[in-house]
Amino acid sequence: MNLELRNASRVFSRPGRIVEAIAGIDMSIRRGEFVCLVGPSGCGKTTILHLLAGLDRPTSGEVLADGRPITRPDPGRVLIFQDAALFPWLSVRANVEFGLRMLDMPKRERDSRVDDLLEMVHLSRFSHSWVHELSGGMKQRVALARALAVDPAVLLLDEPFGALDAITRDRLHQELQELWMRSTKTVLFVTHNVREAAVLADRIVVMSRSPGRIVSEHRVEIPRPRQMEDPGIMPLARLVMQDLEEDRDD
Amino acid sequence: MEAWPPYVFPTPQGVASALAGTASRGMLALAVWGSLRRLWVGYAIALVSGTVIGVLMAHARWFKNTFGLLVLGLQTLPSICWLPLAILWFGLSEKAIVFVVVMGAFLSIALAAEDGIRNTPGVFVQAARNLGAGGPRLYRTVILPSALPSFVTGMKLGWSFAWRSLMAGELIYAVPGLGYLLMMGRELNDMNQVVGVISVIMLTGLLTDKLVFSVMERALRARWGNQPGR
Repeated sequence: MNLELRNASRVFSRPGRIVEAIAGIDMSIRRGEFVCLVGPSGCGKTTILHLLAGLDRPTSGEVLADGRPITRPDPGRVLIFQDAALFPWLSVRANVEFGLRMLDMPKRERDSRVDDLLEMVHLSRFSHSWVHELSGGMKQRVALARALAVDPAVLLLDEPFGALDAITRDRLHQELQELWMRSTKTVLFVTHNVREAAVLADRIVVMSRSPGRIVSEHRVEIPRPRQMEDPGIMPLARLVMQDLEEDRDD
Repeated sequence: MEAWPPYVFPTPQGVASALAGTASRGMLALAVWGSLRRLWVGYAIALVSGTVIGVLMAHARWFKNTFGLLVLGLQTLPSICWLPLAILWFGLSEKAIVFVVVMGAFLSIALAAEDGIRNTPGVFVQAARNLGAGGPRLYRTVILPSALPSFVTGMKLGWSFAWRSLMAGELIYAVPGLGYLLMMGRELNDMNQVVGVISVIMLTGLLTDKLVFSVMERALRARWGNQPGR
């Protein structure tokens, strides 16, 4: 699915003031592309994800999926939250199953699909665990499985690995890359970690601080699957970092 | 050898034989049954009406600003104060006491339901809508379950208010029940029976707590971890 923002702005009115989260963003993401969006905290990265997920509407401008305006959430574009947002009253299994239930998929089909997904994220043993019994990395794996269950054309990820330790994060980077390479999914991954962006992205889009604007773009040509230690990663990360620093000096 | 005379504080044997006597005449069972029946009828009405009012308060601003304010005000009123009004409305009947029980319980249930619904984390709703949930289904699958820890706290509080209101009502107004049995003990100067009935009242409360609410709370803790609602 092709995604596009055309001159999109989003203004929030808070008590006593008006906050411009993003201003005149033009951005397009090709079908099957893996784009990382980096920028300082509060630059409107999450706003862009919410617009593309259909959980929010732009104040002005357009947000399009395959040329049609996005007006509401759709299981074809699934957002994965920073803190996983799993439902504590459901088991791991039932969390993954949630979207399939909403699609009224028959039970037998649901069961086998959930089994496959849990195996894919290496959590078959935890099928009947409760959410609070899982570690942070496991929670994000469940969130990934829950999102993938409905087979969305677009995955939107909001700093999903931000709170994880380095080892867990590296492993999830591998898993996410492998998964993406096997599929034709379009991915928009928001992060403030430039090295993470360099490992994952086809293209890195750099945003300025509030109100969010696009400062620069970097194409990543390093062969996949990549790792943090790959020689090309650090120089690229440094370039992106410079863009962010310059923005700070303005 | 005795530290105090039995009419001040009775012996365990005295209490046991008084209870056995009341039980053998069938009066104890009748009283427990009568009280529990009134309690459950009143509590069930309170549960349904409290939930409906709580849901309305959580969603309709006009309702919250009108009726909701009244609910908050009423909460400061001990529910036994409703008895005179209830007797004028319903006459000297069971209904009057059940009404007092309802008034004791439904406020805390309504407030807890409202609180639980209002505090549903936004990300749960967003995640669910994103995966295709909407309308009544979103309500059933996400908002209500998410409100459950708060709701169970309210249910428990409501139950204890209902139980207190019922005992107060039965003490004042004679119908077959534990409160009445207690009052009869006083009228007959029978300290054994007074203390006996008090222990039965305590035991009933304790059993309900262990058999109903502890089970619910354990189930919630298993799911939410040690901090329900977080």
